[in-house]
Parts: sequence; structure tokens; C-alpha cells
Amino acid sequence: MDYVWAFLVGGAICAAGQVLMDLTGLTPARILTGYVVAGVVLSALGWYAPLAELAGAGASVPLLGFGHLLAQGARNAVDRIGWLGAFTGGLSAAAGGICASLVFGVLAALAARSRDQN
Amino acid sequence: MEKGTSPRPRSRNMRLTPGEYSRMVGRASPKSPLRRDVVWAFLVGGGICLLGEWLRKAFLAAGHTLGDAAALTSITLIGLSALCTALGWYQKLAAKAGAGTLVPITGFANAVVSQAIEFKVEGLVTGVGAKMFVIAGPVIVYGTMASWVWGLLYAALRAWG
Amino acid sequence: MRKKDSIVFHCPPSVLAWAAVGGKKEAEGPLGNQLDAATADNTLGETSWETAESDLQRRAVQLVLQKAATGLAGVDLIFAGDLQAQCTASAYTMRALDVPFAGLYGACSTMAESLGMAACFCAAGLAGKAMALTSSHFCTAERQFRTPLNYGGKRTPTAQWTATAAGCCLLGAAGNGPRVNAVTFGRVRDYQVSDINNMGAAMAPAAAQTLLNHMQAVGTTPAQYDSIYTGDLGQVGSALLCEILEREGMPLPNHRDCGLMLYDRQNQQVKAGGSGCGCSAAVLCAHILPGLAAGREKRVLFVATGALMSQTLFLQGESIPGIAHCVELACPESS
Repeated sequence: MDYVWAFLVGGAICAAGQVLMDLTGLTPARILTGYVVAGVVLSALGWYAPLAELAGAGASVPLLGFGHLLAQGARNAVDRIGWLGAFTGGLSAAAGGICASLVFGVLAALAARSRDQN
Repeated sequence: MEKGTSPRPRSRNMRLTPGEYSRMVGRASPKSPLRRDVVWAFLVGGGICLLGEWLRKAFLAAGHTLGDAAALTSITLIGLSALCTALGWYQKLAAKAGAGTLVPITGFANAVVSQAIEFKVEGLVTGVGAKMFVIAGPVIVYGTMASWVWGLLYAALRAWG
Repeated sequence: MRKKDSIVFHCPPSVLAWAAVGGKKEAEGPLGNQLDAATADNTLGETSWETAESDLQRRAVQLVLQKAATGLAGVDLIFAGDLQAQCTASAYTMRALDVPFAGLYGACSTMAESLGMAACFCAAGLAGKAMALTSSHFCTAERQFRTPLNYGGKRTPTAQWTATAAGCCLLGAAGNGPRVNAVTFGRVRDYQVSDINNMGAAMAPAAAQTLLNHMQAVGTTPAQYDSIYTGDLGQVGSALLCEILEREGMPLPNHRDCGLMLYDRQNQQVKAGGSGCGCSAAVLCAHILPGLAAGREKRVLFVATGALMSQTLFLQGESIPGIAHCVELACPESS
């Protein structure tokens, strides 16, 4: 059942993004930025945690989930160390993902090459 | 001369106005096939999340905490995305899947890794290092900024609430 | 002789030799077997896409010199340009070719621009032989204007596919090849199109204006030409061009677009069609000029179109201006 929810919720979030891409003039870059900020907002309002409970990776894998991660990180840091946590919490929580992307980026650059699409 | 409009030429002037032309362009330009695009995005996006859920459950079963399992899932998906990006497979899938490959964390990884690979020819420091975050940068900048705003708001609410 | 925006030659210069070089997709397209040379590997053995594009240009020049049975010493001047920032493909090609070089930037209109300039210089006696050269490469355009090649993005239906191709022509004041009868350099036209995925729409008004200017100055109508070729308006731009000219009272019965000729849109996944300087250059040298030389067509217009956009100004909120240059070509016997 968890798997079904993960698939449905994750798919729906992506489908909504596709609708935005096809029907509005919004570029992919703007849509992604909008998604991550929306994730922070939904998390702050307390609406994202229940969805994460229900859908597991279906809520955490899309970029909305990345915003939720950032927001939770900031909140938890503020709980621990006060307002300074606003500066440290977000990036700390996202560190794993950012570091992984960066490291794999360098490794891939060393091993792989740019590929013609023709 | 008015910015962006066409000045009167010496030869025969075109009667067409930008407003009329804009309507013509709207009629002549084919729209994206919405239903097909959305179905692809739903299926591929859902599929990637399904893979994420399978990984998450596997990490939990191996004894990791909820937080660690989530982080390990992200890192694994990012690694898989990096591999598929390097092999050229992610580009082929994304050409059909659109938001299905763009919205998941794998899309973020693809943006970073593809930039890194592309600009290796311009040096490890000035190519890979400098240009790696050109596409994904705004996500980090504005996501972090939003969390900072929320952090301060939350701190204020805590202090006064 | 100058007539308004057009230059009509008393003694039309001649295109002495030409060559078209294509890449993988171009070789697999409808004009594949008409290209003088093609490569299955778009890296051409180089370590960067930019140097690969210079190689394409170099091959085109070598083929032209072979066909014309002349060495570089016989060429007085080369007009060349491409899409890369600072026209580096052309500059680095010319680093290896010891000939006076005048670099041009006309975006995808460069083939007509360089052909027109070379024709003017030859007709005016300023060059005994002059060369016109241009190229484009899918990978250099993609990484410069859009996204990295391994990046996963989806193209819109109005997007076009940058050709990996080069075209080169050698002109002389007299000869047995197709004649350049007249040239009209275009005026920039901006009709406030700001969708970078719809270049055809950005360029169509410029093409329409140049065609109107040319035919009015030279005193002809569309029916007097066997074909009117545009560079790379693609499906959308072509439809818009025909609609604009219909409204202006000059319908085109014989319009063909190089971007629609270079690829098979049904089977080659190029969305609205081909684009890039190399697109019109390759079709000119692989199809149009040979057709004129063989007498299959007697009189044509070659109108290459360019979208004069820059990423910088686009991000600053500017729309995309277009330009189109027109070269009137005729088969050797007629004038």
C-alpha cells in the first residue's frame, strides 16, 4: 500500500509540474525554484508532514520534499540553538543531497564525456 | 524611435502590427500535447518515487533510523541519476518524460552532473567547479533563503507564542 | 547598381565552386546523398565540440578548393561566420588558412550575408575570387544557448534542431557557374516575440520585409522565380511567412524552407525543423546550387534568416529581433 501511495503522490506532483510547463510560459528553472519554495511554505504551514507520512518517498523525492527537508532543518536547528538556527539549519539538512550531487558531479566529469544527441 | 517596434523603411512598409502578429503566432504555433506529456510525467515521476520508496524500505529494514534512511535514499537516487546522466540515458528518458524526470531529486542531480561533465573541457576549477551549479543554483539559493525566512519566523513565534 | 535596399549587378559574378559538409543526422536526412562529405561522428575526432565545428569548416574549404582546382593563394578574401560567441569556429578555422578574413555575424542568416558580401566584392572588382563560408554544430549551439548535452530537457513542438553542417562557396567576377544577379541586405525587424523556443516566429517578419524590399526594388513578383528558399523558418515560421505575405498582397506559390528540407520531420525527431547557419548553407551547396548548375531551376531567391538574440539580453527581458538577407541566383545560361 505504501508503494501505491508513493507512486500516486509522486506521479501527481510531477504531473502538476508538467501541466505548468505545457500551459504556462514558466521555464523549467522557475518551476523548480517555485516547487522548492512551495515545499518550504507547505512545510511551515504543517501541511507537508502528513503527506510525507502517507506517501513516503512519493513526498520526499520530488523537489517539494527538498523544500520540506530545508524547512524542517531550519525549524529543528532553531529549536536547538535559537534564531541562529535559521542560518545553519536548512543547508545542514540538505547537506547530504547537495554534497552527493557535487561529489558525483566531479567524479562523473572525470570519467564521462559530453554526448552528442544526434 | 520606440523601443522594440519597427521603424518605417524606405521601401514598402509592412502593414502588420506586433499585436496582430502575436495573435498570428498563437494560432500558427502548435501546442504541446498536454495529455501525452502529463501521462509520461506521471508514470516516470511516479516510477522514480516508487524506486525511492523501495530503497527507503530497504534501508529501514537494514536497521537505519528514519532520518538516515531518508538521507541514504536521496544519496542513492542521486548516485543513480549521476550514472544515468554520464551514460546519456537520463537525457533520452527526459526527452519524453519532461517533468517526470525534472521534478524528482534525480533531476536536480542531473542538472549538476550534466553541467560538470559538459564543462570539464574548460578545466576542473574554471569549468567543472565554476559552472557546476549554473542550472541548479537557484534551487539551492531560494530554497535556503526560504528556509532562513521560515527559521526566523519560527524563532519569533517561539519567543512570543 | 543600387536600387533602394538592393544591389543589382550589371555583370553578375559567378559561383565557381561549392561544397556542403554534414554531420550524422544530416547524412541520414533527405539530402544525405547530395552532401559532398559527411561524418557519422560529430566529434570529428576532436576533444571539444568547438574545434570539431572548425574542422567541419576546414573540410568544406578543402573540398571547394579541390573542385575549383585552385589553391588558397588564388582566394583574395574569405567572408565567414558562425553561431559561437566571438565567431570562434571561423576564427580558429582561419588560423590555419592564410587568407585575408572578414568575420561576420548574422546568426542563421550568415550564409546569405557572406554570399552577398563575396558577390559584391567580386562584382566591384575588389576581389578576383572571394569565398563565403559558414557552419553550425548542434553541440556547440546546445551548450552555448541552451543546456549541457547530458541534461534532461524536453523540447517544445516549436523548437528547431541546430544542424551540424558547413557550407562554402567560391565566387569570381566571371565564370560558368550559377550567377548572383542581385543582393538585398536586410533590415532588423523585431515583432516582440520573446519565446526562445520559437525562433521561426521571431524571424518570419524579417524574411517577409526583405522579400518585399527585394522584389519591389528589382521589379519582380514571386511567380517569376522557380523557388523562393528561406533559411530556417521551420514549420511555424514558414506558415507565418506565407500568412504575412498573403496579407501584404504578395502570396508565395513557390516557397521552400531549408530547415524543412534538410531533415525528415516525420522520422528524425527535429520538431519544427532544422536551424543554424549550417542548415541553409548545406541546403544551398548540396541542393540549390547544383540544381541551378544543372538547369533544373532557372531563377531562385535564397533568403537566409537569423534570430539576433543573445542570452544576456534575453534574460534582461528583451524580445528577439530577426534579420534576413536575400541573394538572387540564376542558372548559368540565363541572365
